[in-house]
This record gives sequence, structure tokens and C-alpha cells, in this order.
Amino acid sequence: MHTLTHLERLEAESIHIFREVAAETEKPVMLYSVGKDSSVMLHLARKAFYPAPPPFPMLHVASGWDFQALLDHRDKTVEEYGLDLIVAQNEQAEEQGINPFDTGSALYSQAQLTDPLKKALSEHGFDAAFGGGRRDEEKARAKERVFSFRSASHRWDPKNQRPELWNLYNTKKNKDESIRVFPISNWTELDIWQYIALEKIDIVPLYLSQKRPTVTRDGMLLVVDDDRFRLEKGEQPVERSVRFRTLGCYPLTGATESKATDMNAIIQEMLLATGSERQGRAIDKGQSASMEDKKQEGYF
Amino acid sequence: MAERDPSFQTDALIAEDIDAYLEQHQHKSLLRFITCGSVDDGKSTLIGRLLYDSKMIFEDQLSALESDSKKVGTQGDEIDFALLVDGLAAEREQGITIDVAYRFFTTEKRKFIVADTPGHEQYTRNMVTGASTADLAVILVDARKGVLQQTRRHSYLVHLLGIRHLVLAVNKMDLVDYDQATFDSIVADYAAFAEEVGIETFTPIPISGFKGDNITASPSPNTPWYNGLSLIDHLETVEVANTAAQERSFRMPVQWVNRPNLDFRGFAGLITDGTVQPGDPVRIVPAGKTSKIKSISTFDGDLDEAGAGQSVTLMLEDEVDCSRGDVIAAADDPPEASDQFCATFVWMDEEALKPGRGYWLKLGNQMVTATVQPPKYEIDVNSLEHLAAKTLKLNAIGVAEFSTDRPITFEAYAKSRQLGGFILIDKFTNATVGAGMIEFSLRRAQNVHWQPTTITREDHAALKNQTPRVLWFTGLSGSGKSTIANEVEKQLALMNRHTFLLDGDNVRHGLNKDLGFTETDRIENIRRIGEVAKLMADAGLIVLTAFISPFRAERRMVREMLPEGEFVEVFVDTPLEVAEKRDVKGLYKKAREGQLKNFTGIDSPYEAPEHPEIRVNTVDMTPAEAANYIIQQILPLK
Repeated sequence: MHTLTHLERLEAESIHIFREVAAETEKPVMLYSVGKDSSVMLHLARKAFYPAPPPFPMLHVASGWDFQALLDHRDKTVEEYGLDLIVAQNEQAEEQGINPFDTGSALYSQAQLTDPLKKALSEHGFDAAFGGGRRDEEKARAKERVFSFRSASHRWDPKNQRPELWNLYNTKKNKDESIRVFPISNWTELDIWQYIALEKIDIVPLYLSQKRPTVTRDGMLLVVDDDRFRLEKGEQPVERSVRFRTLGCYPLTGATESKATDMNAIIQEMLLATGSERQGRAIDKGQSASMEDKKQEGYF
Repeated sequence: MAERDPSFQTDALIAEDIDAYLEQHQHKSLLRFITCGSVDDGKSTLIGRLLYDSKMIFEDQLSALESDSKKVGTQGDEIDFALLVDGLAAEREQGITIDVAYRFFTTEKRKFIVADTPGHEQYTRNMVTGASTADLAVILVDARKGVLQQTRRHSYLVHLLGIRHLVLAVNKMDLVDYDQATFDSIVADYAAFAEEVGIETFTPIPISGFKGDNITASPSPNTPWYNGLSLIDHLETVEVANTAAQERSFRMPVQWVNRPNLDFRGFAGLITDGTVQPGDPVRIVPAGKTSKIKSISTFDGDLDEAGAGQSVTLMLEDEVDCSRGDVIAAADDPPEASDQFCATFVWMDEEALKPGRGYWLKLGNQMVTATVQPPKYEIDVNSLEHLAAKTLKLNAIGVAEFSTDRPITFEAYAKSRQLGGFILIDKFTNATVGAGMIEFSLRRAQNVHWQPTTITREDHAALKNQTPRVLWFTGLSGSGKSTIANEVEKQLALMNRHTFLLDGDNVRHGLNKDLGFTETDRIENIRRIGEVAKLMADAGLIVLTAFISPFRAERRMVREMLPEGEFVEVFVDTPLEVAEKRDVKGLYKKAREGQLKNFTGIDSPYEAPEHPEIRVNTVDMTPAEAANYIIQQILPLK
């Protein structure tokens, strides 16, 4: 027997977590954002229960401003693997006048992402939800447990989390509590990319560079994904070779100029990059502790 | 601004030949380690430096770090690496790390996961948590202070948690002018202590986390007298855990039975020890049935071999009973199964251990109810002395005997971390309240067999022409439990039912006359009554019990002793004011005057039932009415 590589150990740990939740909770769901971390999670979930399909549905929180390519990829994946998909969306956004151009980022993410997520979790009565959080993403996440307990109102209390020893997870929960489970807690961004490359996991083409219509705004390179994008006076979309390191709502997610059209080139760019992954997301800007505040409110 | 250490820089290979770099990275192994040190030993600085030198920090994080360093840093204008790893907002304000945080970095040879844990005395719990998954521990000592009490405590804890690779990092060597004599004397001190604890070997390294000496390359020009490895070189070359685990006998606790269709019945789990191949003879523990491995099925195809650390799905040759919690093991060397064992355990909850109370115990994939005997002793983690103890409080460590409601499969922790480590869960708060390491099985469990009787409990009940029940009356002192229970028994007797009434005061004169009124004694009191009630129900009787039984946990314990539906909780719901006003025995008066301690409702809590089967109210009902109502609820009893 050979010494297991770090990826083999990470894979085994994640599969163990998926199976543990399936065995010990009543109604689990997987949050499926269609991004690279979600794609790895889906792959791991399929491995965990092979030859059976994952014994839980996928939940996608759609903001209404998702990249079209992402929605296409989602539908194709669901079809191909025979998954059960639930889409949660704030249907009233338009009448409430909420959109990524006029609404402040805090209110926008609350109304379009956090609230629909909480609503869907409560309505379906899911008692456990898999999320793609990784501990290397951000300082607040480094202390997050694999099993994170949320109150009935989905709040996170950083002072009141359970110790996790060995690979023994305490899944007992109080009435109305639910659990967020992070099976890829111990993976780094490099691990994710390398695993995608090794396992040949199909990902949204937006991660790969190609010519896309772009405008530059507030130091961010934005892609004009559809004709709802409001061009400012004098703004003219310019074709540039760009790709994304992280995917959110298209008017809020910064692209990077890149020539990387295959996996290894992406990894090379990532390793040589000087900015962290979340730099491209408008939501995370603010004080360094802001992710913790969001998490306490129920943002994943 | 500090220079990055050049030996970490893999940039050149990344830029020149990404394929070669990825090929190298793909084959790296993983080492998990824990860092422990006292407050101000420079732990966060060391970790920050490892992350920084291995390029795990991006420009945007770095600029945040620089501005934070100026604002709240403790290193003047220099970068305060500690700020990189101090996480939650509250603790940043206090300037201390208060939890376990996991960090990641990579070198050319390995990937590392670091558990960063605090040095404060009150956080033993966090250190034990971080140590439970680590293969190696870095014990930090401030060169100016030497081996402190905390150093001893941390070393003892990581040794207790089974870590056999220890590094003694003597930090802040720059502040003692890199003096060899200082280093040597600290190492000698530590060696003496290590022997006392049973630590066989450790690796001492003189370092400066702040200046970077002997972190990535050795010897540093400042310590020419040091001829060992640098910290990173050492971390890159020690043996990793799963290699050793693969040499033991095969074990896989079954986590999930996968049965997508009639042709496929697989047992999924994480292999904890050993290796397995198709054709290997295996035994299912605890049942003891044997079979052979038919195939090792995975998403990537069937495997020829699998080993410790891998999550797989096994198919067996025979249709044997096997479910979650069972262990599939090497047929000729299976682990043992027992319902009694001795363990060292750490208490992790604000509310102290209650000996005798039932807790959930999770080990492998097994979840059982366990009760803990009063500890044999508590271990003073500073002096390692054995102290007499009746319970364990938060952060205390002790040794006790455990018994479980059914046999579980385990191994001594020294042999297998995964099959010897367990957690305890409070049945009400659901909090993880303890963590234990099994020392050895108490063989009694294998010697005391259940005596199968020819006349079964069903026969007893049939002879009496009735259905056994335990009517468990609970309520405050003076609520009317005994009066109503007595009334119910009288009416049942008129209906030719065979009954027996166990009354609180009477039992305390005989069976339980050795017990007092502390919480622990009250738990034991109820446990014994529960056992007696169960025997009587086995004999076919309708048992009535009238005890305050103030704690939900104990009432639930009794409920779980009996077959489903046989336990009927009768809540005599009399408000405290009413019961106190009655004060038939004058007890409330005494309690109010302080002559009676631990009196329920006064200075000891009464936990009212949340979902009693029957609730009666003696304010609106007479005892006879309450009794009639109860009888209507429990009939027909056949």
C-alpha cells in the first residue's frame, strides 16, 4: 500500500463527512452554487454514494443576475447526473426595486442571497445543508467547525460551537436548530483546482479565458452578460480575453484578464497571482471582520 | 519589510514548467500538526511566518496586514505576523486566540494542516480538540522563560492524545543572544520532565519565529553550534500517520449501507486500520459472523487493495447481517466488544459530570447510552498527581469506569485512535461535553451473560391477563403524587389488576437508605428504582411509582430501560405556591429556613416533563377525580 497523497486523504475525509450526514440527519440538502467548489462537492457526493445517486437534493440560490453560462451548466449537470434540483429565488426583487446597480451591496446580498436561502431551508424543513466553505478562504473561516450549528433564525454563534475531536461529529441538534456542514473545510484553493484537473471535473466555462464584452468600473473588470447591464454614459463594452476566479452575480463579480484556456494554465495563474480569491467580490469589501458579521446573520 | 525566505519560493518552477510543478504537488503527502505554547511564546508569529514564507498570503491580505500592524500590532513598524492568524473579531480586540484555528501551507515536499490552539489554562478543551487529529506537536518555549507549568501541561496533553512526534521549539533565541548554554539547559529540563510523563523521544530545535532562524534552513548563521534539522526540514521528513496505521490488522467501521438495487449491497466506511484485498476473510463485530471480501467498489472502479485512511465500499461474499456501527475486521484478529471499560477522559462542559446519568456516547459509528461511575481519580495536569474526585469539572481530566446500554466494539486508544476515542453528548443540551480514550475493557461484560429464562415476560403478563405498565408519577414534594397513586392502585385492585406501588419515602427506608440528597445520589436513587420497576414489569405487574424525580435525564433513562410504550409519565402538575402552602410534612418550611439542603423547588431545580403521557392538576381536581382520569387514560391494559 502506498502512502496516501494529501488529495487522497482530503477526498476520503470529505466522503466520510457526506456519509455521516446522510446517516445521521433526517433531511439534508446540498447548496449548489454551480461554482468550482460546488462542482468538487458534487463530485465527492457522487463518489460517497456510488453506485447510488446522492441521497439529497441540490439547492441553488439564484439571484436573477447569474451568468447565463452558469445556469446552462447547472441545467446540463442536473440532467446528466439525474439530480434533484431546487431553485430558490427572491421573486419580488423587481417590485421591491432591488437590483445590483442601485441597491447597496449589504442590502442586495441580504435580499437576493441570504433571505431566499433561509426561506428555502425553512420551507423545505431541511435539517442539514452542505456548503462549500473552506478554512483557507478567510480568517473567520479558519475557526469554523465542519459541523456548524445555526439557531432557528439561522444565526451563527461563534462562542457556542461544539468541539470536534478525531473524526467524530456530534450531529444531535436541538429543536429548530439546523446544521451547516462543510465537507471541504480542509481543502485549499490549489487543492480544489488540482482535484478538478486530476478528476477531469466539468466546470463552468467562465473559469476559462475567452473573449468577452467588458467594461471597467471602480477598478473592477465587469462582463456585460446580457442587455440588462446598465451602461453608464460614454461606456462602451470592449472585447477582452478574461476569466473568473470566483463566480457571483455578474454585475458584481470582477473578471481578470487572462490567457489561461486550460486547467494547468489556470493553476499557474492562480499560484502566481498576487490577490486572494475573494478580492473579486464586492460583497467582501469592508472591514476585515465583516465576513463574521455576515455569517452571524446567516450568510453561508 | 521582512524578506520572504528564498527556500520556500517555488515561483520559478511554477512560471517555467507548471506541469512539472503540478506533478510534484500531486504526490505530496499530508502532515497535520498542532502548535502549543504559553501566552506570548510567539506561536501566532511562528505560524504567520510559515504562511508568509510559503507564499500563502496574497498581496491584498498583506496590505491589510501592514496597515493592521501599524494600527494594533505589537512589533512597532515591523510586520506583526500574529495578526495574520488571529481570527474572530472579539478575540482580536482582546489580543488573544480563543479557539482552535486550522491553517494550511505547502512546501516542496508536503502539505501541512496546522491546528493553532491557545495557551490559556481554561482552554484545555481546545487543545485536546486540536491534538486529536494531529500527527505531531510543536511545543513552543520562550528561551527567556524556559520550561513553564504550561509547557508541562501541553506536553502531557498531546502525549495523552497519542501524539508520538514531539518538537520542542525553543523560540525567541534572538532575545538570549543565541546562547547555546541557555538552549542546552532548557532541553535538559524538558528531558527530565518528558521521562516522568512517558514521552520517549522529542526533537529540540532553537528558533526565532520573528527573525526566521532555523525555520526553513539550518544551521542559522546565528546558531553555528546547532547541527540538527530546521523546523521545516523536520516536518517534511517525519513519518505520517496513515503509513503506520496500515501495518495493523484490518478494521472498517460501517458508516452507511448502500443498497441502490437488489444486486448491490455494499458497506461503506472509512478504513481506520490495516489494508484489505478481495478474498480476505473478515469478521463482522460484535455479531461474530464471518465472510470474505468480494470486491472493493468505488466510483473509480473496483480496487485490488485499499488501506487505512481511505473511504471505500466493501461487498461481501455472503448475505450476512451488517449495519451502521458494526465493524468489518480481519477474521483472525477482530477488535473486542464489551459494555464496560475503563477510560481517561476530559470534561468539556460548564456543567460538571454527573456520575450515574446517561449520556450519549459516540465511538466509530456507534451511538449508545453510557453512564460514568464516579471517577477513580482526577489528574492534576500540572503536577500529574492523582486527586480524589467525585465528579469532573470543565477542563478536568480523570479516569473512570464506563458502562453502556449495549456492547460496543472498540480497541484501546493506544492501539487505535479511531476505535479508542469517543465523545460524550448531553442528552438535553446536545452539547459535546466530554472526550475519552479507552484504556482497557472490563472483562466482566464478557463473563456476565444474560440468563435466558424459559418463562418470558410475555408469559408472566399473559398469566396475569394484563399488560404491564410503569406509571411514573413525578411532581413537587406535596403535589399529591402518593395520594393519587394510592387511589389509582386501589381502583386497579378492584378491577382485579395485579399492581405494586413503590413510594419515595418507603424506598428510602430500605433499598436506598445509603443514599443522600446530592444530585449524584438522587440520580442513583432513581436509577435503582427504575431497575426495580423494570423487574416488576418483567414479572407482569402494573407498577406505580411516586417520586419527585426532578431531572428529565433520569426519567428518560428509566423510559429507555423499558419496552416502548410501557413507561407512562404522569405529571402531577401542582404549582409550587400550592404545594408549599400545603406543606404536609413541614419540609418546605425547613428548606426555607435553610435546614434542608437541595430541596426541589427551593434550592434545587424541578425540570417539568415536556411531553408527559398524562397530566393531572390537583388544583382543579380532587385526588379521586385525578385517579379516575388516569385510569381512563391507561385502560384497557390488555
